[in-house]
Amino acid sequence: MQVFIQTLVNGLVTGCLYALIALGYTMVYGVLKLLNFAHGDVYMVGAYIGYFVIQWFGGPNHLAIPVPLLIVFMLLIAGLGTGLLGVAIERFAYRPLRDAPRIAPLITALGVSFVLENTVLLLFGGFQRSYNTTDFISDTNGIHIAGAHIDSVEIMIVVLTAVLCYGLVQLVNRTTLGKSMRAVASDREAAEMLGINVDRTIALTFFIGSVLAGVAGVMSGLEFQTISATIGFLAGLKAFTAAVVGGIGSITGAVVGGIVIGMCEAFSLSYISEKYSDLIVFGILIVTMLVRPTGIFGRRALQKV
Amino acid sequence: MPQIGVDEWVAQSGERRDEGTGLRRVLHELDTRVAWWQRLALAALVGVAFGLTTNNVNLLTVGFTCLLYAVLSLGLNVAAGWSGLLDLGYIAFVGFGAYGYAIFSSTALGTDGSGGAHLAAFFSLPIVMIAGGLVGVLVGLVALRLEGDYLAIVTLFVGQAFVEIVNNVDPGTLGGVNGIYSLDSLHGLSGNVSTPRGYFFVALIVVVLLAWLLHLLDTSRTGRAWRALRDDPLAASAMTIPVNKLKVMAFSFSAAIGALGGALFAAQQGSVFPTNFTESILILIFACLVLGGAGSIAGAIAGGIIVWALEQMLSSPTDAGYLFYGLILLALFLRIRPLWKFFAVLAGIVVFGLVAHAIVGAISSSATAGHPGSFGWIGSAVKNWVIVPSDPISYGNILFVLVIVLVLVLIRLQGNARLLLVVPTVYLAACCWESRLIVNPAITTQIMLGVILIVTMAARPNGLLGTRRVEVV
Repeated sequence: MQVFIQTLVNGLVTGCLYALIALGYTMVYGVLKLLNFAHGDVYMVGAYIGYFVIQWFGGPNHLAIPVPLLIVFMLLIAGLGTGLLGVAIERFAYRPLRDAPRIAPLITALGVSFVLENTVLLLFGGFQRSYNTTDFISDTNGIHIAGAHIDSVEIMIVVLTAVLCYGLVQLVNRTTLGKSMRAVASDREAAEMLGINVDRTIALTFFIGSVLAGVAGVMSGLEFQTISATIGFLAGLKAFTAAVVGGIGSITGAVVGGIVIGMCEAFSLSYISEKYSDLIVFGILIVTMLVRPTGIFGRRALQKV
Repeated sequence: MPQIGVDEWVAQSGERRDEGTGLRRVLHELDTRVAWWQRLALAALVGVAFGLTTNNVNLLTVGFTCLLYAVLSLGLNVAAGWSGLLDLGYIAFVGFGAYGYAIFSSTALGTDGSGGAHLAAFFSLPIVMIAGGLVGVLVGLVALRLEGDYLAIVTLFVGQAFVEIVNNVDPGTLGGVNGIYSLDSLHGLSGNVSTPRGYFFVALIVVVLLAWLLHLLDTSRTGRAWRALRDDPLAASAMTIPVNKLKVMAFSFSAAIGALGGALFAAQQGSVFPTNFTESILILIFACLVLGGAGSIAGAIAGGIIVWALEQMLSSPTDAGYLFYGLILLALFLRIRPLWKFFAVLAGIVVFGLVAHAIVGAISSSATAGHPGSFGWIGSAVKNWVIVPSDPISYGNILFVLVIVLVLVLIRLQGNARLLLVVPTVYLAACCWESRLIVNPAITTQIMLGVILIVTMAARPNGLLGTRRVEVV
């Protein structure tokens, strides 16, 4: 029972992180119909920014400011940094290719991902760095349920993810920006004719998606501690799976997909085998795609002739 | 020339208009007059001449790898170029072929490091190709239910799953992370290919044969049906083209060629490891295909050769220097008109550098105390021009970020402001190159490859030799 609940908690926490990254994939896919392969690397950059914020305020052992304030700063700076990075990527890499053949932006995305990952390698080296979270946030406080332990970072991750997702749903459904995002997603040309500033809407979509990835990067740094330039690829791939399993283009789908993938991973880690956990995740993806080719919440697009 | 009125002809109307005179005209004339088999024969002759006259072992190995990537991008071209199936799991087929060859040519099937199959090449290569084709059929059948991006996603995971499988399943045979090593070289009858020259010629023969067969396939009924399928699957099926059968065929053909390429790779390397078949290799193959021009046989071959030649040049500091300064010069020459402005900018860059070097040197002598990373005449030529401090690493990092920002600003600027900004940007880029980038050739190669991909896509979305298509909406 203890193992079961602990696994459930671990699954929920990783699932929340995947969900946050998956939201970026899904939103960008919604407005541009583009698989943004560089998104995983944006998440990685977020984790690095968080790391340097800790160093900036004196390092994990000699913090100059109280811990809650530090976390707020980390989230704000990383979110802003990755958000601007996302806007820059869109502006300079994807916007010139709006009307190019479909394969062109995909290849550009691969190129951007290459450049980001190797730039971080060049600037900060190939070795792993550690947040050393346990030096400033005690991992013994938190909630105990039936022998399982949920520490404060994990609680923060779940709560923050819930808040952000709620905010995002409200933003998409209730605000003018959300309305123009939905309009651009359903028909870009028509939206443009109706006076919607398509460029601005797409840039803002990239901004929001990248902010979420940056937040996820900081939180995964706090939770798993070690970061390196290569963490973006696998995390991006898993989040991508989450977005697809949930139905790409759907916000609810991304969150549900993220938690499903996180749970699957956690359960196969603790009950089946560490070696096969990635294979199981990919297997789930392939089976989902075969049973429901558009994911759990995806809608089948009508083929127009 | 395409027939008047077909899509290709319409798309080329602009090209016809600015075909113009001079060199471009001559090239175009040549292009229309030389038949495909003449070009292939010419390319093969160049290859043979290279193979016979080169005695440098490194160069021959590079040549082999260039041709290997040509084979791989030819295979990918069948699925991604002709049929429009975005197959991101192609690397799994390559890995499958390599591991297949490795199993049949090593002690993997024997016990305790002895015995094993040790098949001759004319058995193992066809077996590997057919088996690869069958795996392609399987993946193709799965792919039938999926379209467009979803297909890309699922195949991406097939590629990822392959690496996981060879890493974890049956370590006794597949060797886990240690891979399979001490493979036989390609052998059969009484021959044995063991020299770099031998492998170069094997690869050359494979490329020429493949190009020939694929050209026949391209102009056949199947080839036309594939292109119809790519341009509009719905219309194709309305014209009674068997869409599903063609998709599966495309997958299996491309998989068989990929497997053959993988087998060649394994034979030449003498070993296979799971890390040989990761996403970065897939991206490299895609880069070859897309750079050369998806859908064109010549493009796929040229792309393979160009990308690998670039990769090789970038990993040697001297050649990388030539490439870096050469590309900058070329870009300035092509983009700055009229000519006197180009020379003015060049002179401006040189003077700017000399002045900056003199000023910084006068303020602090340690700021210019470092040595540029380039050797040879480039190194001595730029020694009193670029600023390289005695501790270049963090300085170079800052410069790198600064150069990226400057280039992005440069893209947004117009007119004379742009020309003015080009001068410090190029100079700082050179400083950054000499102090930081050239010191880490491995990382620089990857960054440059990524940048080349992005720039090519922005400048020529259809690749160097690709044909422009009218997108039917």
